[in-house]
Amino acid sequence: MTVTAAGALPATPYDVAVVGAGVVGCAIARELARHPRLRIALIEAQDDVGQGTSKANTAILHTGFDATPGTLEARLVHEGHTLLGAYAARTGIPVERTGALLVAWDAEQLAALPRLAEKAARNGCHDTGLLGPEELYAREPHLGPGALGALHVPGESVVCPWTTTLAYATQAVRAGADLHLNTAVREAGWDGGHRLTTSRGTLYARHLVNAAGLHADTLDRALGHDDFTVTPRRGQLLVYDKFARSLVRHILLPVPTALGKGVLVAPTVYGNVLLGPTAEDLDDKHATGSTADGLAALREKGRRVLPALVEEEVTAVYAGLRAATGHEDYRITAHPGQAYVTVGGIRSTGLTASMAIAAHVTGLLAGTGLDLGPVREPEPVTVPNLGEAFPRPYQRADLIAADPEYGTLVCHCERVSRGEIRDALASTIPPRGLEGLRRRTRARAGRCQGFYCGAAVRELFERGTGS
Amino acid sequence: MTAARHVDVLVVGAGPAGLAAAARLAAAGAGRVEVLERETAPGGVPRHCAHGGFGTWTRPLTGPRYARLLTEAAERAGATLRTGVTALDWASGHAVLGTVGPGGPETVAARAVVLATGARERPRAARLVPGTRPAGVYTTGELQQAVHLYGQHIGTRAVVAGAEDVSYAAAGTLRAAGAEVVALVTEDPRARTGRARAQAARLYRGIPLLTSATITELLGRGRLSGVRVRHRDGRTTVLPCDTVVFTGDFVPDHELARRGGLVLDPGTRGPATDGAWHTSRPGVFAAGSLLHAVEPARTAALEGARAARAVLDHLAGAPWPGPGVPVLVSAPLRRITPNRVTPGTPPEHHLLRTGAPLSRPVLYVRQDGRLLHRARLGPGAAVPHRALTLTARWHDRVDPGGGPVRVSTG
Repeated sequence: MTVTAAGALPATPYDVAVVGAGVVGCAIARELARHPRLRIALIEAQDDVGQGTSKANTAILHTGFDATPGTLEARLVHEGHTLLGAYAARTGIPVERTGALLVAWDAEQLAALPRLAEKAARNGCHDTGLLGPEELYAREPHLGPGALGALHVPGESVVCPWTTTLAYATQAVRAGADLHLNTAVREAGWDGGHRLTTSRGTLYARHLVNAAGLHADTLDRALGHDDFTVTPRRGQLLVYDKFARSLVRHILLPVPTALGKGVLVAPTVYGNVLLGPTAEDLDDKHATGSTADGLAALREKGRRVLPALVEEEVTAVYAGLRAATGHEDYRITAHPGQAYVTVGGIRSTGLTASMAIAAHVTGLLAGTGLDLGPVREPEPVTVPNLGEAFPRPYQRADLIAADPEYGTLVCHCERVSRGEIRDALASTIPPRGLEGLRRRTRARAGRCQGFYCGAAVRELFERGTGS
Repeated sequence: MTAARHVDVLVVGAGPAGLAAAARLAAAGAGRVEVLERETAPGGVPRHCAHGGFGTWTRPLTGPRYARLLTEAAERAGATLRTGVTALDWASGHAVLGTVGPGGPETVAARAVVLATGARERPRAARLVPGTRPAGVYTTGELQQAVHLYGQHIGTRAVVAGAEDVSYAAAGTLRAAGAEVVALVTEDPRARTGRARAQAARLYRGIPLLTSATITELLGRGRLSGVRVRHRDGRTTVLPCDTVVFTGDFVPDHELARRGGLVLDPGTRGPATDGAWHTSRPGVFAAGSLLHAVEPARTAALEGARAARAVLDHLAGAPWPGPGVPVLVSAPLRRITPNRVTPGTPPEHHLLRTGAPLSRPVLYVRQDGRLLHRARLGPGAAVPHRALTLTARWHDRVDPGGGPVRVSTG
């Protein structure tokens, strides 16, 4: 098991280097790690996995009902929905099968619903159904007044994006892949093999996968390709207090327009309610700040959909950037002459599609001359359950009886025990900061945001990591 | 579920209100009085207020010393303090709570429950302050614990959001931790604290006070690099800093109250109670900052002690009062406690807060347009950072079948 965050990189060449440890890069590394003969490097510019688009999105397990039929995205989202759903059940990644409602607020939107149902069917999603206003309000009693009807998409679900990424990466590392954090690629060169100049020295690999997310176009250009440009599209989101969770049962989506998918209201697996995202095309690939205008616009939209929501307290505000390319599809391209696969333009559906993308990319790599060798299924992993709908450690008498640390709560709002924090610090891919610890345990993620527990959690972190 | 263990009184929260109630109840022979505290040590917020201002005029104390005295008094009286135990939720039955601690889950039934779960400051997210999400962002509660309980390193240049008593306490903690306080920033036209305290900070410690100014954005990646401030005239400036402390803006920690379906007061966001601290849920009382974030610790302790009297009556078989008549306030008044009138339970007085300073204030108490009481307050009394008191002598004039009682300044 090798995870490094400092020092020189190994000098011997890897069979495959995957650049970018987001949910897609980690899924690819995990898929490749099923082939024990391969030497795999997963390299990441930041100090943790899933630090880019993967950590800040709407956390939805999509059916792909609204994808453009016939696209690669439509196929991979459809496949990925099944694959990740099954993987989550095996691994302990929380998924709540809430279903989604596309709510029509005017006659035009209402008229669009049958077409959307038909499109869903073309995407392999045959179980949608139209609801009249009465049934809609029976299902969502807190919905604002004036809704005319809805399209019900039963398969849409909410999922935990943090532990999904963590599960993939953990499994890859345990199966022998090397994860190198704090390793930013500065230059890339090809002369029969790949030579990556990074912030931690040079790394050599026979095959290269570019899963660099927002920076995939930069790396692609460094290797001589000019196929797409990533425009960061910012999505600001508000996370409402757990007291809001009883207000909403489904993922509430607007009827999509030419301007995009619009603002949704959705439960989170952590027991909160999400409102967002905005859609702002920017130039700066680091502009993950929220803005007063963005938050005001969201609250305005939220007030219409779920008036009682905006009376509740906001627990968190965040903004993520998705990798928009101007193309209505993923940009996954194999370059056999360079033993190189580009995985670009993976938008918000990438979480859902991640396992299907990984299988697809592995196939493409084989087509670039990579001998995958035999398959050995990796040891199953389980991730900490961060889901509110599943028994958490503090609720498990058996666990506490065996180890009282699981009954010793440190973060009161999120009911995180000292045992869980200890486990996270001793895990295969330990957090390197308090934010990483939060994504593994939910510590400091609750309504008090550290008023009660912040200092105690920091104490445990610093003692546990010797920092 | 395990079979419930029975106690006579279960107090949730070992802060000033809970400890004072427990001490009084145990001393009065209420039977088995148990206090649940989810933190590892009893004492509540004063535990990490390493400054003075607690105790009495004749016997001033620091927060930790005050917390210790309250704890000792409760234990001496015979109350059982259980730290590291969290009350999770209500179980079936009118005063039954599910708890968890290192010993595992437990169900505790009581003849009476006193909720004293306190208050917390609203963090940056709840205040919707936009910008990046860097490290170095605190509330006073986290800051004080970090410095006074754990000796952690704070940044070097800090901005304090707010200019009330707690903000000056935060500034003191920052200085004690070796950080320079760049400024206090408040949307108000003046500091909400005593003049002497504001002047001492400004003149003797050189801490600038920016009034009529709003923190509109946090800047920096990884670590905070500054805050953007907008003045009322529209000018914006960036104050470079690596730490910002959001102070004040307390809200009751009412999770258990809400989970229990207790009627909340719209002004306080804590449980609505009558003058004897009965909530809307039979057998459940509430006291302290949970009712009205935030008053001085001695106010919370006094309320706990007074609530104990009503708990004793309840244990002796006194009937649970009905919902009674709500007491509401009109702006600029912001809240009043107690905020229900039930027959035979007048408090010693009501506490109010105003949102804006009032000159020559007169309080009017009306029900359905009928004037019940009129009170002229002393000069200089009605400022936002100080509680106003209103007598309860008008309670016997309230029509129990009438509409809400309204307290206004006009």
